[in-house]
Amino acid sequence: MTYDGALPRPTPETRAFWDGTKAHRLMLPWCEACGQPHFYPRAICPHCLSDRLDWRQASGRATLYSYVINHRPAKGFEAPYVIAAVTLDEGPRMLTNIETDGPPEPDALRLDMALEVVFADVTDEITLPRFRPAP
Amino acid sequence: MSRLSRTCAIVGAAETDTIGKRPDRSRLGLHAEAARNALADAGLKPSDVDGIFSAPAGPNELSEYLGIVPRYVDGTSVGGCSYMIFVRHAVAAIAAGYCDVALIVHGESGRSWLDMPGLDGPASPNGQFELPFGTRGAPTTYSLPVLRHFHDYGTTRRQMSHVPAATREWAILNPRAMMHDKGPVTPEDVEASPLVCHPFHLLDCCLVADGGGALVVTSAERARDMGRKPVTILGTGEATAHRMVAQMRDFTVSESTVLSGKTAFAEAGLGPSDIDHLMLYDAFSFTPMLFLEDLGFVPKGESGPFVAETTTGPDGRTIYRTGPGGELPMNTNGGGLSYCHSGRYGMYALIEAVTQLRGEAGARQVEGIETSLVHGPGRQFAAAGTVILANA
Repeated sequence: MTYDGALPRPTPETRAFWDGTKAHRLMLPWCEACGQPHFYPRAICPHCLSDRLDWRQASGRATLYSYVINHRPAKGFEAPYVIAAVTLDEGPRMLTNIETDGPPEPDALRLDMALEVVFADVTDEITLPRFRPAP
Repeated sequence: MSRLSRTCAIVGAAETDTIGKRPDRSRLGLHAEAARNALADAGLKPSDVDGIFSAPAGPNELSEYLGIVPRYVDGTSVGGCSYMIFVRHAVAAIAAGYCDVALIVHGESGRSWLDMPGLDGPASPNGQFELPFGTRGAPTTYSLPVLRHFHDYGTTRRQMSHVPAATREWAILNPRAMMHDKGPVTPEDVEASPLVCHPFHLLDCCLVADGGGALVVTSAERARDMGRKPVTILGTGEATAHRMVAQMRDFTVSESTVLSGKTAFAEAGLGPSDIDHLMLYDAFSFTPMLFLEDLGFVPKGESGPFVAETTTGPDGRTIYRTGPGGELPMNTNGGGLSYCHSGRYGMYALIEAVTQLRGEAGARQVEGIETSLVHGPGRQFAAAGTVILANA
């Protein structure tokens, strides 16, 4: 079945990120001037405004910063599902989904729990980075 | 106290004829109806207006629609607090001599959705990094920081449930409120209402409505010669920290609220203990709790215990601290939760503060108030605007 959820349209600044997820690699822009990574990918580093950026693969490990369980689904989603803010081990925060075995339960989703990235190939072009509890 | 404090006043304030369901008016039509009513309230003609401040309609769209050619335009559009920010910008523009009569206008067809904008495009940051993960409007994003506050400060679901209950008490006293005749709700009712987006249930969420509102601001000097008793602008603040919710650096603090609030208090030469009446934009139950903390009305992390403490009145009725008869009257029109919410509610909060300071709030009038603070966010704790008003 064709995926009918919202899809990103990569821009020059974000192309390397989406090429990365398609290859099942979580890539982050690192600033060569100040040494810090950032997310979402920008044309310039939000910490020091340098445009000397270097794409590096992230560990794919994160912790659960906060989340919601949505019961009124967006197109392409089946309720209930988890929308979460996760803190990557490298530092930046990203919005994602948490995959769970069975319907998500608040008791099983503890803040600060360890997570790992999984890649959802939703179309031939787009792979979304999602997370699941780390084993 | 800043040199701009008390230099300007609100001399006109009005909403559209009715709010709630307005299938007869588009977004622009609601702006225009509100603008006409506010000018009538101020006793001014369209030709008196030389500054237009409007959102979500741009000042170019609105000046065309109203047949006005202003010499000052401001289309700041950062969400629901755009109108608090417009008040601040109007004070600055009037002080600078850039305009003399500022018309600040809001209109939204939030329910009937007539000529309303679409979602962010797929190439935008939101379209790339939030929408693909199934966010669907404010209930899925305003809710995201809440569990972090619960976790870090021990705030509870039950404490949060007191906010919609207290706010409903005000709506019952306000015949214009959409929930006026729907009866009281208890914290237990809030938790028994359908789940929308955990931790939010239906009664944690603001209403969805059509409506508009407008303000007229002019110099304090000119205001003295006008028909209406002016409401003086003591201090204002604004800030913006981010746009998408996951970019909020610390989910338990609204940086923009802290900065906007500090700026407004400093400009007014006042502190939280000087405020008699509060309008804290309640897009959701949790929203004004964070503002109580970040504006300094309660210590950081203590909004939960604060809103949950109740007393019993002589008639056996529960008295909430922010409800009728409480020590800190807040959201006295019934708020976004029980009065009306068209999408950018800030204008209604400002109009209620003016109504209360004029002593024209009828059964919900808070007696003896001299000051009011109006504060709101733009998107999810991203931007912020603050206005401190007085009736003397």
